[in-house]
Amino acid sequence: MPSISRAEVAHLARLARLAVTEEELDTFAGQLDVIVSSVATVNEVAAEDIPPTSHAVPLTNVFRDDVVREGLTNEQALACAPAAEDGRFQVPRILGEEQ
Amino acid sequence: MTEPTDSAALTRLTAAELAARIHAGEISAERVTQAHLNRISEVDGAVHAFLHVDTEGALDAARAVDAELAAGKQPRSALAGVPLALKDVFTTNGVPTTCGSRILDGWIPPYDATVTRKLREAGVVILGKANMDEFAMGSSTENSAFGPTRNPWDHDRIPGGSGGGSAASLAAFEAPLAVGTDTGGSIRQPAAVTGTVGVKPTYGGVSRYGLVAFSSSLDQGGPCARTVLDAALLHEVIGGHDPLDSTSIDAAVPPVVAAARQGADGDLRGVRVGVVTEFAGEGYQPGVLSSFHAAVETLRGLGAEVVEVSCPNFEHALPAYYLINPSEASSNLARFDAMRYGLRVGENGASAEEVMSATREAGFGAEVKRRIMLGTFALSSGYYDAYYGQAQKVRTLVSRDFAAAFERVDVLVSPTTPTTAFPIGERVDDPMAMYRADLCTVPVNLAGNAAISVPSGLSDEDGLPVGLQVMAPAMADERMYRVGAAFEAARDAAQGGSLVLGCPSVPGTVEPQGSGA
Repeated sequence: MPSISRAEVAHLARLARLAVTEEELDTFAGQLDVIVSSVATVNEVAAEDIPPTSHAVPLTNVFRDDVVREGLTNEQALACAPAAEDGRFQVPRILGEEQ
Repeated sequence: MTEPTDSAALTRLTAAELAARIHAGEISAERVTQAHLNRISEVDGAVHAFLHVDTEGALDAARAVDAELAAGKQPRSALAGVPLALKDVFTTNGVPTTCGSRILDGWIPPYDATVTRKLREAGVVILGKANMDEFAMGSSTENSAFGPTRNPWDHDRIPGGSGGGSAASLAAFEAPLAVGTDTGGSIRQPAAVTGTVGVKPTYGGVSRYGLVAFSSSLDQGGPCARTVLDAALLHEVIGGHDPLDSTSIDAAVPPVVAAARQGADGDLRGVRVGVVTEFAGEGYQPGVLSSFHAAVETLRGLGAEVVEVSCPNFEHALPAYYLINPSEASSNLARFDAMRYGLRVGENGASAEEVMSATREAGFGAEVKRRIMLGTFALSSGYYDAYYGQAQKVRTLVSRDFAAAFERVDVLVSPTTPTTAFPIGERVDDPMAMYRADLCTVPVNLAGNAAISVPSGLSDEDGLPVGLQVMAPAMADERMYRVGAAFEAARDAAQGGSLVLGCPSVPGTVEPQGSGA
């Protein structure tokens, strides 16, 4: 079983969009290593022929009638936004300087 | 009995007793609500069960119930006029909802969760929002960004988690009812360590619409109370099919109130009870096990047929749970992106991605970050099959263990959690030790069936509450209510009253004034 290195935690944090600090990398590397080696015991179970369960209730294709109903107003949707302008969500720049 | 007239005495009554008095016109819902608001002002500085108290909203809801009753209308529900603490994971239109997280600090939802709507329609009075581990990740409520809740039995100990606020509000007599959510034990474990009752209904039995998503295939809202009957009454108010939740079960709510009333007769002849053999031994506090064994003897004394049942895959449930749950959480919490709601930090010309990463770093606490990274790991290519995929197979095996067990018995029993309430701070730096509090509760979440925790007694070593867990098959929730109510009646009769009435350490606690049963 792999052990979780500091570099690997940094990679996971990047994938998960978490700007973790250097100090946190040290703490999380140790803790995640302990957790991962504990939960890795699931591999001791012989389960090659066992189908996976993703959900406790086997429901498929649950539809509602396609009926128009009231949703949020523009004002309600924007009321708790970090920033809004002209009735829209205002977001930081989404392209880099060079793009 | 003499009519309780003072405010403190009103907070000692059960929800069923309060409803009976309100509906008979003996006391107003407003007075009952005011009594609980008074109690909150008196003790919540010490207990910290609430993140937000909605004084005006609660009094308005109570007055509306009083006006309808005064106009000669029938009560809207069996619980109309009764106050309740709502876990801060359910959205409440116009009332702050934080999930115990900085990232949602100050967020005021523009809509009600289905559970919230049903409570309002039933005339239940929502006192405020109960404290919880951040995004329901934890077993102690220490992960709340707004500070821990204290166990009313001992303020230096945890009230369980994630629904520690909901459970503590009941044990501190701040509310007779609460709603929690149970993803891996977050209703049952807090109930066990606070001497209260907590129910995880069958998955799909209570709508998840408006419940801020943590681990969608496991999350389930459910009732918390001081008696089994009160939990059943609340179950029938919040349960039922909801077209807004595509995983909601389209069937009638199991007859849980009738089952709780039947159970109170104390006759369990013909009921087959299975003791899960895997949930004992190393890691279990002796006082928890002796309370559990005494509870099993009580069930036998009530006529139940008790057998031992082995569920060999239950020992793999905890590791499987701690792979599936973080995996789903890492995906669900991607929505906190600093764009549409919640916190935003680190602008000043930074890119959207940089703002997102800085905001999540600032807004999430350590446990949330751990779970997100653990889930990201378990779902990443190269590790997926060995971790998430394998955990899903174990999930199948856990369900098969339940199916085989329920061929032989009607319900399964175990301790709810291996120890009594542990000291605040003891496990915060040791995540696996914290996770082991969920050892006995997670199999039910993986399989999607139902379970209840009922107080079984006080542990010999420390005098702290112990919970008896009763597990039932999916959509047979009524079975555990019957067994739980029968046990509760027998325990209360033997001990001279409800266990929680002996909760000692909250300022203002009065001596037990006879049994409420």
